[in-house]
Amino acid sequence: MSAILNDSILNDETKKVLTAPLVNDNPITLQVLGICSALAVTSQMSTSLIMALALTLVTAFSSAAISAIRNHIPSSIRIIVQMTIIASLVIVVDQVLKAFAYDVSKQLSVFVGLIITNCIVMGRAEGYAMKNPPLESFMDGIGNGLGYSLILVIVAFFRETLGSGKLLGIEVFKLTKDGGWYDPNGLMLLPPSAFFIIGLIIWGVRQWKPAQVEKVEFKIMSISHGEGGHH
Amino acid sequence: MTEKNINCKHMTALCEKLNEYESYRKFIIYKDKVLALGNDSLEKTIAIAVALCLVCAVLVSFAAVALKPLQIDNKAADMKKNILDVAGLLEVGANINTAFAEKIEAKIVDLETGAYVENINADEYDQRKAAKDPAQSVAIPKDKDIAHIRVKAKYAKVFLVKEGGQLKSIILPMHGYGLWSTLYGFLSLEADGQTVQSINFYDQQETPGLGGEVVNPNWRALWKGKKVYAETEQHSADKGSIAEASIGEPALSLIKGAVDNTRPGSQYQVDGLAGATLTSTGVTNLVRYWMGDEGFAPYLKKVRTVQGS
Repeated sequence: MSAILNDSILNDETKKVLTAPLVNDNPITLQVLGICSALAVTSQMSTSLIMALALTLVTAFSSAAISAIRNHIPSSIRIIVQMTIIASLVIVVDQVLKAFAYDVSKQLSVFVGLIITNCIVMGRAEGYAMKNPPLESFMDGIGNGLGYSLILVIVAFFRETLGSGKLLGIEVFKLTKDGGWYDPNGLMLLPPSAFFIIGLIIWGVRQWKPAQVEKVEFKIMSISHGEGGHH
Repeated sequence: MTEKNINCKHMTALCEKLNEYESYRKFIIYKDKVLALGNDSLEKTIAIAVALCLVCAVLVSFAAVALKPLQIDNKAADMKKNILDVAGLLEVGANINTAFAEKIEAKIVDLETGAYVENINADEYDQRKAAKDPAQSVAIPKDKDIAHIRVKAKYAKVFLVKEGGQLKSIILPMHGYGLWSTLYGFLSLEADGQTVQSINFYDQQETPGLGGEVVNPNWRALWKGKKVYAETEQHSADKGSIAEASIGEPALSLIKGAVDNTRPGSQYQVDGLAGATLTSTGVTNLVRYWMGDEGFAPYLKKVRTVQGS
């Protein structure tokens, strides 16, 4: 990885936009965007991987397209223009999945369509692509897509192994109902478990990188200081 | 101005060819004029919106039209695969289309009379589409609509497996509401119209791992050999059975927990799905609905008399 990054093809800015969203500026753990689909599709690794790939491609190409015409987008219809481009790309991705990966598209059902409303795609379009050239925007889209993918894969790993004893549909723990030893944790298959896992990941990352901890907006007064506890 | 040729910088050959058309030259000049306008001028806003819509519409319709044949093939192959699967005829590596054509015969059944309808091409009939067409469907009275589907097609498409001219199994389509979604599936019965061979659901959006376990092969295997219609009076079982059944009525149901095979009536019971009570109830209801008088009961009665004679 570092060998590729040290190569002179990628300048510093591209390198930064590609790697920063993986940990330091991760769209899910730091910006807390795109949570909804992270809950919905992560009960299985295969759906998570396809969803991650679809979102990465949509973010990259929509950012590149928006960036290419950024100097001519009238500010009054800015958001509509971005949405139109994103929605068109999502429909294309959905059609391609239905044609070439029918089984996966059946499992993902509405969630591919819902990439349109994924905050990460809009966020990168509005936050980065509107101000930067196409190549950098494309790389920024790839980087953020990979940051999203990373979290999705981690969450799916825990949910599928602990929830159904499988990984990518292949048995890793033999379940008690099939005569094995592992009693699956049904909670892992329900959306709330993704909340818990993402919460634990955010906690872990912020322990590791304290700079990500947000400043408190107001301080809760403690009882010992308070004189107005009783009237 | 419009007579003047546009300077060709890129794709010179194509550009020079296009230069021969006056409308193209006009378009280029207008494009340059609009792009030079301030971003917030009304004309530019409208022009950009129109141009963007055109480009996106072309992109989307190209993808939809170009990929349509592949998608239709996928859907048809998936359906055939499910029918072969429920008939127990799915072989790994075998060509689905030829296996289907060889072994399975589609027939149209009038749900009310239970008779075959010969004047409709069974290969082209789409029961799901027909259910949405007011001319080809009937509304289900509320008190009878236990599967919560509101309307049903007048004619149903069933599939028959024959071996040496003898009827071997009958595959019946069914659908009904579970927890999140309408479950679409097939129930395959032996020629007696009473013994279950297999069940499968090809379209459902139940919770993966809980209600979604309706597709689990281990659970589906539990259905083999179960009986659909009550041969003796069936009472509501103590373990959360849904309703009792009189003789001749569909009695098949999912119960809470595992079925005790030594108990009387266990031939009408299948293990419920753990952690998915509502999906289990939905499955019981949809099986009972489609096997009942509103569904295939008249048809199966006819099949039995033909077989018996």
